[in-house]
Amino acid sequence: MEIFEVVVYFILLALLSTSIRVVTTSNVIHAAISLVFTLALTAILFLMLSAEFVALVLILVYIGAVIVLFLFGIMITRAPLGKNAELDNDKNKKLGALISGSIFFLFSYILINGFDGEVVVLSGSSTELLGEILLSRFVFPFELVSFVLLAALIGGITLARKDEALVDKDQI
Amino acid sequence: MTEVLIKVGFLAIVALNGAIIFTIMDVKGASWMQRRPGPLHVGLRGFIFPLAEILKFVQKEDIIPTEVDRPVFKWAPAYVMVSCVALFAVVPMSPTLVVADLELGVFFALAISSLGTIGVLTAGWSSANKYSLMGGLRAAGQLIAYELPLILAVVGVVIQAETMSLVGIVEKQIEWGVPFVVGGQIVGFLIFMVAATAEMMRVPFDMPIGESELTMGFMTEYSGIRFLIFYISEYMNMFILCAIASTLFLGGYHVPLLPTEWVNFYGPIVLLTKTAILGFILVAVRWSQPRFREDQLQNLAWKILIPASLVNILVTAIMKVGF
Repeated sequence: MEIFEVVVYFILLALLSTSIRVVTTSNVIHAAISLVFTLALTAILFLMLSAEFVALVLILVYIGAVIVLFLFGIMITRAPLGKNAELDNDKNKKLGALISGSIFFLFSYILINGFDGEVVVLSGSSTELLGEILLSRFVFPFELVSFVLLAALIGGITLARKDEALVDKDQI
Repeated sequence: MTEVLIKVGFLAIVALNGAIIFTIMDVKGASWMQRRPGPLHVGLRGFIFPLAEILKFVQKEDIIPTEVDRPVFKWAPAYVMVSCVALFAVVPMSPTLVVADLELGVFFALAISSLGTIGVLTAGWSSANKYSLMGGLRAAGQLIAYELPLILAVVGVVIQAETMSLVGIVEKQIEWGVPFVVGGQIVGFLIFMVAATAEMMRVPFDMPIGESELTMGFMTEYSGIRFLIFYISEYMNMFILCAIASTLFLGGYHVPLLPTEWVNFYGPIVLLTKTAILGFILVAVRWSQPRFREDQLQNLAWKILIPASLVNILVTAIMKVGF
């Protein structure tokens, strides 16, 4: 076994333990910080698969923006420290286990059937390739997604703003 | 394996020394501008001051209040420190003296610099102190707002240089003959510097710390070595963002008219000089300007800097395609 493989197994073990901690801890901030580690370890795995761009997007968007917004939201709404009993929900445990188990088996089945031991060697950078494909073959879906995001943005502002001049009270 | 260790050691030494040099510069700048006798005359004309400061903080007791969220509170300074040190990995001091010349260097720097926000936020929240919480909230609002103009200002440089590698960007500027700040990115440079000052949380953007309003903001409950880590990280961040700004906009390790064959010899000196000049401007601003109000701060980011940087990208792209 090469040292690279050993490192990968250690990362996978850490990934598993941090992601389990995200859902088992009853402290919201601890869950968010465990999520940071989960995402960072996933980014390292992507780096090892020579998908630099995906790894950095994961760090920039998910850790740098989404988690920060999570923490921001938690700090505004739930400032008290400590455990939160509401987070433990025993009612849906069986259903949750069933769903996550079936997703796990589905994904493993697809991955093992699809890429069984096949090594995908990428020469050079995947980023350049990604940029070219995004702006040539997939340019239409790419632009479409940006319009969806714009719509979401405007929707968010309209819902959040309580300006009388902009919002008609009878319609909401 | 040894190579990795040497690189990590180089990174830590340069980043820490940069932080110490900037601390000396800030303190001496303050005493020079405001006639503070301490750092000008005491102990080797005041140059021993930062070492004394470090010794003082190491000696002090590391107090952890009983009501805090212990693991979160203890680890918060680490995130800030890691994001600062890792940031320096992509800054080239000469074509060969660089820890990692990543193809996505600029993108890496921007991604890593956003990690520090988590440290500041968790420090503010876990301290169980309302000043800390206020400081953390202000810091989060400010860092989210100013990360956008910082990223968008760099996009102009990337369009002009056609690469994201920092060495590649400097080589492009050598090829052009003039640094990008002269060659069309002056608006981008100004936006970058303003946004970077806000990211460093220095005056006039020191709302999250604001001594007169919030005691020490998110650092209020910290003492001893953990406070020192926050304190050093601030100067480290300042040093590294100035180094990145001089690499992206001011020609990095090269100045026009110097022979490029000798770049490996004068490269580090040139880069550090440029960094120090930018740092001195920041020090001068810090000790002569008042603090922004929170709404002014947000207005500046969302209504002036972000539209200006978008226009900058548009103009750069048109110039790139047109000429």
